[in-house]
Amino acid sequence: MNAEGLRIGARHVGTPLRRENARRHVAGRSRFTTDLTLPQMLHAAFVRSPLAHGRITELDVSEARAAPGVHAVLTAADLADCCTPWRGTLDHFAGMTSVSQRPLAEEEVLWVGHPVAMILAESRAMAEDASELVLLDIEELPAVTDPHAALHPDSPKAALEAEKGNLCFETVLETGAVDQVFAEAAHVVEEEFTFGRHTAVTLEPRAILADFDPSTRRLTVHQGTQTPYQFQDTFARHLGLEQSNVRVISPDVGGSFGMKLHVYHEEMAVAAASVLHGRPVRYVPDRLETFLSDIHARDHRITARMALDAEGHILAMDVHDIAPIGPFSTYPRTSVAEGNQVIRLMGAPYRMPDYRGRLQVVFQNKVQTSQYRAVGHPIACAVTEALVDKAAVALGLDPFAIRAANVIADDAYPARSATGFEFEALSHEECLGKLRDLMGYDALREQQAALRDRGIYRGIGIAPFVEITNPGATFYGIGGARISAQDGAIVKLTPGGQAQVAISITEQGQGTETIIAQIVADELGLDPSQVRVTTGDTETTPSGGATWACRGAGIGGETALRAARKLAAQIRAISGAVLQKDGDTLILSGGAVVSADNPMVAMDLSEVARIAYYRPDTLPAGIDTSLSVAHHFAPSGYPFDFTNGIQASHVEVDPETGIVRLLRHWVVEDCGTIINPLLVDEQIRGGVVQGLGAALFEECLYDESGQLTNGSMADYLVPMPCEMPDIAIAHVETPTKDTILGAKGVGEAGTAAASAAAMNAVNDALLPLGARITQTPMTPLRILRALKTITD
Amino acid sequence: MKAPAFTFERAPTLGDAFDLFEAGGGEAIYLAGGHSVVPSLALRLQAPETLIDIAAIPELSGIREEAGMLRIGAMTRHAEILADPLVATHAPLLAMAAPHVAHPAIRNRGTIGGNLCHADPASEFPAVMLALEAEMEIAAPEGHRRVPARDFFVDLYETACAPGEILVALHVPVAGPATRCAFDEISRRRGDYAMIGCAVQITLEAGRIADPRVAFLSVGATPRRVPGCEAVLHDALLSAATIAKAQDALGADLDPMDDPNVPPAMRLHLARVLLGRLLGQLENDHV
Amino acid sequence: MSEQIPLSFTLNGKPVAAFVEPRKSLADFLREDRALTATRLGCEMGTCGACLVMMDGAPAHACLVLAAQAEGAEITTLEGQSEDALMADLQAAFVDRNAAQCGFCTSGMLTTALAYVRQGGTPDRAAIRDALSGNYCRCTGYEAIVDAIAGVAEAAMHKEAAA
Ligand SMILES: Cc1cc2nc3c(=O)[nH]c(=O)nc-3n(C[C@H](O)[C@H](O)[C@H](O)COP(=O)(O)OP(=O)(O)OC[C@H]3O[C@@H](n4cnc5c(N)ncnc54)[C@H](O)[C@@H]3O)c2cc1C
Ligand code: FES
Ligand code: FES
Repeated sequence: MNAEGLRIGARHVGTPLRRENARRHVAGRSRFTTDLTLPQMLHAAFVRSPLAHGRITELDVSEARAAPGVHAVLTAADLADCCTPWRGTLDHFAGMTSVSQRPLAEEEVLWVGHPVAMILAESRAMAEDASELVLLDIEELPAVTDPHAALHPDSPKAALEAEKGNLCFETVLETGAVDQVFAEAAHVVEEEFTFGRHTAVTLEPRAILADFDPSTRRLTVHQGTQTPYQFQDTFARHLGLEQSNVRVISPDVGGSFGMKLHVYHEEMAVAAASVLHGRPVRYVPDRLETFLSDIHARDHRITARMALDAEGHILAMDVHDIAPIGPFSTYPRTSVAEGNQVIRLMGAPYRMPDYRGRLQVVFQNKVQTSQYRAVGHPIACAVTEALVDKAAVALGLDPFAIRAANVIADDAYPARSATGFEFEALSHEECLGKLRDLMGYDALREQQAALRDRGIYRGIGIAPFVEITNPGATFYGIGGARISAQDGAIVKLTPGGQAQVAISITEQGQGTETIIAQIVADELGLDPSQVRVTTGDTETTPSGGATWACRGAGIGGETALRAARKLAAQIRAISGAVLQKDGDTLILSGGAVVSADNPMVAMDLSEVARIAYYRPDTLPAGIDTSLSVAHHFAPSGYPFDFTNGIQASHVEVDPETGIVRLLRHWVVEDCGTIINPLLVDEQIRGGVVQGLGAALFEECLYDESGQLTNGSMADYLVPMPCEMPDIAIAHVETPTKDTILGAKGVGEAGTAAASAAAMNAVNDALLPLGARITQTPMTPLRILRALKTITD
Repeated sequence: MKAPAFTFERAPTLGDAFDLFEAGGGEAIYLAGGHSVVPSLALRLQAPETLIDIAAIPELSGIREEAGMLRIGAMTRHAEILADPLVATHAPLLAMAAPHVAHPAIRNRGTIGGNLCHADPASEFPAVMLALEAEMEIAAPEGHRRVPARDFFVDLYETACAPGEILVALHVPVAGPATRCAFDEISRRRGDYAMIGCAVQITLEAGRIADPRVAFLSVGATPRRVPGCEAVLHDALLSAATIAKAQDALGADLDPMDDPNVPPAMRLHLARVLLGRLLGQLENDHV
Repeated sequence: MSEQIPLSFTLNGKPVAAFVEPRKSLADFLREDRALTATRLGCEMGTCGACLVMMDGAPAHACLVLAAQAEGAEITTLEGQSEDALMADLQAAFVDRNAAQCGFCTSGMLTTALAYVRQGGTPDRAAIRDALSGNYCRCTGYEAIVDAIAGVAEAAMHKEAAA
């Protein structure tokens, strides 16, 4: 008999369980890294390069050293011996180059904000006072700020020591017949796109409190990060410490979105300084510093064309992406991964036989760039969907009709994309149908026509998408990155008969701990309130990949499920010995072990635990009484579990002012098994709004000399409540068969297609006015220019 | 972002404030709501030696009617402007502009005096003062004087209120029965400093305009009245044709500053659009 | 460093007498000197709303107010609101609606929300969004927060009508 099949009692997976963590947040009882203080703690502040590129000719810190409250002022030389350099290249990006980095600039400064000196003082205010006393002279070198110019053979170099000029990486992905297909196609649509550079703006800045104890050579780092295990490894290796002596704790983290898993100069400097001085050192960048030092993302200049046959079937795409990054490649995930995903995700929802994607990743003297929520997806989606819409107009097809004619049919899986992705099972057709009903498409079109007669320009845009989730080891590990592709969990039955789980995926508010409690509760027949989940501490949880690339629920959830099943088997074996039953005939349910064939034969879990912990002498000799089990899980099977969905945006464009009002947004999403619908929907909503921010507001603006001109929250426009729409969500559930749980990721789905849908909606609104925009953010100025209202 | 060190003094009276300023030897500044001063200190854009808190000075508070003028104390918070019945009745233009100033919590602490003295060219109230032809009552150790709004805003962040002087109150001529006004702005997000903003006050009798005042914010170093446009409106019927002429006239009145995000041509265009909408609204209200 | 000055005000219902460095913001004073960390710092320039506290009954940015300016004032942080019935309703609604993800914006959101629901009247989504116009949240996309506040405002209105 299969005990799993006989589950009785309430299942918690699939229910909208509320988050325990949220109760702490609303009570003001969360503990963020920014809230922590330690005895003897020093505060760090950095002196930064005011120029985008230059050579340090003088750095005099003597006056700063003498300032009140200052404990030390460190420069590159002070840290040279205690922190080894890092280089953000990976082998599977063949031929990529990058200069290496150290915590503080040695001679060459590479961007505005490059840390040059570090002040350690009794308070942050005193550290800032002292930073004004540092004398820094820099001989200016030409700054590289335009990617096209950067690729010119005569261009100055963004980093003097770069091996291949300003080219970081170049690759071409190509099927056989692209040129011929375009030559013979009935229709070709093409376009140039510019996607603005933006950044994560987590509300809690990055934060670190490093605490080195010289007596034991132990380093404890409290850090707002998604990936404590990665940082444990990084600090140990670069600071020359035993890995077992490095502990990274991520308490509550005030937002992350990919931004907090990269190696930053300041964090390395802080950890090194703590080792050097044997005192806790804390650093929280202020908001101006976050704009100058957090990774930026996106920034793509793309030319793309699409070939279609006479009926509107997509035959091929040909894409060239120039992706400007910073002056070096980010460590350890590189600055290449985003462009790589851009060219690989093009046309992903569609039956498209041929494809060519060319990627050039280019250095420039701006802040480093790397992975931020939905890496590459929004770009690939916007380019693909803008071309599909343009083709639909050219062919006189409705946007739904052209997509229905092109998406990979729901019964055609497994399928393979022209870029080489293997899809297990997606649901584009069902999603299309569901979206059409959800948004009341036909009525919206009628309303649109009626309003146009009154001079009101509304637009509707749709965008199907495919999202990469649950990546396996081919993602980073294969390239030599020390980034775990697996996760681990320890599940234990407490002596009182409840469960505790320690797991390597982490929580930044998405509800990690809640879904793990749901999964484990189901496997052990407990209520989730009886399952306590611990995350975010390298000392008390197994090592693993943690939370990125939408792997938490899918991989972490499966890890917990399998670990809990192992524990359930132990519980059945022990209780079977007591109940004189074959363990396989026992079910865990309602906090008890119950015989499948006779419900009268039962035993509370607390009783099982009591016997195993306190009276093992009453059990048959030799029985394994372990009630803690560990399990690690790495995805096998498909290299990724792809998810899919579709989004729609409804906008009103004011053609006189160029202002776009977002009226409503819809999402139909298929993330496989839904562990917690409440959390899934809020992940999607949050993701959508980040995508809409990129579509309309967010952009890091630089002048020609490489100065960031809008590096504050007054000038960098994040999406705020009044401008954001309500978002309706529906689901299709196609579980992956790679895992028992069947869950795929969802955290990036919202961001993946929101800006594409918005761009299509704006262009739909502008269509009768003869204007078109292919640049994000779609600012009033750009829209008025597209309308030729402003010409200059 | 932590402020540099300074000393802090509270001035219970105007006289104390002047004495403290004098003692500060030119390195002191006054503090009202602090919502412009405190962030500028945190950003280390200024480093005064002394901050003199003037919040408790009695003359600076209160809103009352005095001889056909509405007297608004300099320490009046934006939120009070928004909610005050006297302001709504006698200076409706000011009440209309108030919800556009920043966000609710900032309006709870920011003061109109601080706002006017800060003289940000993108601020709403300075433009409103121009349109209302308000008078600014300034106190100096030598005595009080009144400066008309048109002479108050001198340059970017610079007013007729010299260092050491204190803006005590503003005096606004109360609106008459035929006074009509409108205010709006175009900003990218709610509460942001606007790309353009416009305050209009006219007297409208039998569809004919008298005493037109049109003031723009975010068009240069100071808020601006637009004489050419006002000349078009003066004694004209409020009609679509008049509105179009008034919009045209802005080309000669305004010479917006260079700004890569809002180039001059765009700002002028937005000014015309906004003026058209506000006058159109007054026209619609009239019929 | 400038000399510390005496400061007395009411904090979470209790009198406080302390010395403070004049340059210290109310937010830093609360967080560092009083260990009241529910008041958070997201921008230190009035643009994010993470630092909102009740000052004399109305929301104020603790990053834009010097501690010295709080002399004589009544300051209530989220920690001091635990007895407030409306706040308890809001807290429950935020949990129920999953309106707090990472939680970093939550204290400020709740402070704005409390001021909004205290006004009474018919809840209106646009008005709620307007009230929240200075509160940034990177995680939720705002809708859950608006829903939570609307729900509490609605219930409060009915309670008012019944009473
Ligand atoms: C995030 C944010 C957004 C904002 N958005 C807007 C906006 O959209 N529109 C807008 O108009 N404003 C905006 N403001 C500014 C806000 O309105 C400020 O409150 C106001 O400009 C200053 O008022 P205050 O009382 O805080 O002045 P303070 O900051 O105390 O003082 C400002 C200046 O005026 C001087 N001063 C103050 N009072 C007097 C007086 N009585 N006599 C002489 N000098 C005096 C001070 O010395 C100082 O130089 C914003 C502020 C912030 C932080
Ligand atoms: S920290 Fe005060 S508003 Fe952001
Ligand atoms: S919940 Fe994270 S910022 Fe709002």
